[in-house]
Amino acid sequence: MFHREAGVFKTSYAADMALYPLPIARWAVAACAGLFIAVAPLTFGEYYLSLLNLCLVAIVGALGLNILLGYTGQISIGQGAFMSVGAYTAANLIVRLGLPFWITIPAGGLMAALIGILVGIPSLRIKGIYLAIATLAAQLIIEWTINHVHWISGGIQASIEIPRPSLFGHVLASEAEIYVFLMCFAVLAIVATLNLVRSRVGRAFIAVRDQDIAAEIIGINIFGYKLYAFAISSFYAGVAGALESYYLGIANYEQFQLDVSIDYLAMVIIGGLGSVLGSIFGAVFVTLLPIATRWALEASGGLFLTQANLADLVPHLRLVIFGGLIIFFLIVEPDGLARLWRNIRNYFRLWPFSY
Amino acid sequence: MPEFEWQFTLVLLTNGVMIGLMYGLIALGFVLIYKATDAINFAQGEFVMFAAFIAASAANAAGLSFWASAGLAILGMVVLGFGLERVVLRPMIGRPVIAVVMATIGLAAVLRGGAVLAFGAGVQAIEMPIPDEPINLGLVLLSPVQLTGAAVSIVFLAVFTWFFLKSRVGIAMRAVADGQQVAMAVGIDVRRYFALAWAMAGIVSALGGVVWGAMLGVDNQLALVGLKVFPVVILGGLDSVLGAVVGGLVVGVVENVAAGYLDPVVGGGTKDFAPYVLMILALMIRPEGLFGRRRIERV
Repeated sequence: MFHREAGVFKTSYAADMALYPLPIARWAVAACAGLFIAVAPLTFGEYYLSLLNLCLVAIVGALGLNILLGYTGQISIGQGAFMSVGAYTAANLIVRLGLPFWITIPAGGLMAALIGILVGIPSLRIKGIYLAIATLAAQLIIEWTINHVHWISGGIQASIEIPRPSLFGHVLASEAEIYVFLMCFAVLAIVATLNLVRSRVGRAFIAVRDQDIAAEIIGINIFGYKLYAFAISSFYAGVAGALESYYLGIANYEQFQLDVSIDYLAMVIIGGLGSVLGSIFGAVFVTLLPIATRWALEASGGLFLTQANLADLVPHLRLVIFGGLIIFFLIVEPDGLARLWRNIRNYFRLWPFSY
Repeated sequence: MPEFEWQFTLVLLTNGVMIGLMYGLIALGFVLIYKATDAINFAQGEFVMFAAFIAASAANAAGLSFWASAGLAILGMVVLGFGLERVVLRPMIGRPVIAVVMATIGLAAVLRGGAVLAFGAGVQAIEMPIPDEPINLGLVLLSPVQLTGAAVSIVFLAVFTWFFLKSRVGIAMRAVADGQQVAMAVGIDVRRYFALAWAMAGIVSALGGVVWGAMLGVDNQLALVGLKVFPVVILGGLDSVLGAVVGGLVVGVVENVAAGYLDPVVGGGTKDFAPYVLMILALMIRPEGLFGRRRIERV
């Protein structure tokens, strides 16, 4: 938002610590929320809403990974696997016990958190590259387990069909209803993260990230906080996985493979490490990138490419653009889109009278 | 029948050793980069795949002989190694470990997508000028391709052991990895050795690519062998040349034996599973690996 902060004087600690200290920022956030919560589901077409729905799921997952990677500094290449744990937990509870979504989704999150703690245990002894490799192993082992243990994955092609969520007997069938449903979870996740990172726990995470040995010396239980970060991050992933399978109507291990974990890493890096707004930007950017690529190719390349060619080309081109963007942002703008946004905002802060 | 069981185990072991030495070949490229530049290369499998694509396309599309196309693959990978070091890795010098890891993950995506865009998605074959028929040793059959791969791997083990212990360049590389600033202070051109390390990793990957491509066929799934590099190097120790080959042997034997005995019980796929369990155990018990050096960290 383009803040004008003249004339705002904070007179209490509460005012200083508020999420949005400026009245104009509060109004801008409210306007944004109004646009996306009330106006979008009523006016957008089905197709655009379905894109937004995918973005909402990705936002929840990316926030989780950013808590772990951006705030606590523990790399994880297993976000996709944690999502699959959430998805299959929820799917089994729905199909076997017929439980409603307000139980299955948190249950999926909790199960993922439990597995996340297990995976996080090696972080006591190892860090950096070793941890990256350990989480990669976790990703592959969880993938294999779900694929091979039929009690979890329910037989044919390791996929379980899930009915649409229902609220007070009303099935949320249309794209717009699902949009509102997912939006509730995304908003919850955003607010929870914003509050987490300015709390005691969040500051401990940041201390562990910046210099873990120093953090231990000032009395932070680094092992505890690392596990805590793994648990929270996997909880978000589990919820995102459960939401995704509710939205797609199916839990399938193929939608949570290694490339998904890398997608989420890309979201967090491109969006901005250690930034809530960055997670949102990154999630939206990465989700819409393949669609934008396809549009661009169809608009420009339709002359010399056939439809079949295009369908072959897009996933690979997407990989190239993707990896390229990860490298580009790491080299040129390590703080990601969130930083770019802040630069734009700072430029306009004094506009048109900046000097 | 006990005799039959015994022969079955022997076959599993031999296959494991062969495959293990070939894993070692790929892992050598990885260790080389870690030893010299302190960077973890998550794109090692993609390097191998890219080299295989160059060799296969040179032979199939341009009609070059096997030796010419293998030479072209080596040349291509050296150029690629130099180029990537210059464009991607050099700006990352001095940045946190995680940043370098993520850069190579990005690189892996670019190479995997780029290879298909450049060389096509279909499976290509690499024909080696060696007989196809397996060599019969009485009890076990040896595939000539695997035998070649194993031989190449052992040759490189010897060459690199000598290189890092005795040669001037190798010692300088170890100095660079130990401490970049100190190395600069004694007059070593750090950037030059970084570039050299990536180019050398390119050569190893090119040979790995030719051998693996000849065995499995070349498409972008070939990059998946790169995932096996991690159990290998964790077991052997990230900075040990010998560890890469020994780790490769252990992983190869364990996955073959596990697949032979457990696959009928659990219904397949043990091969993709056992190495990672082994790796997790190694990480918990001895994170520096069998031959790796323990790192001490100071604030």
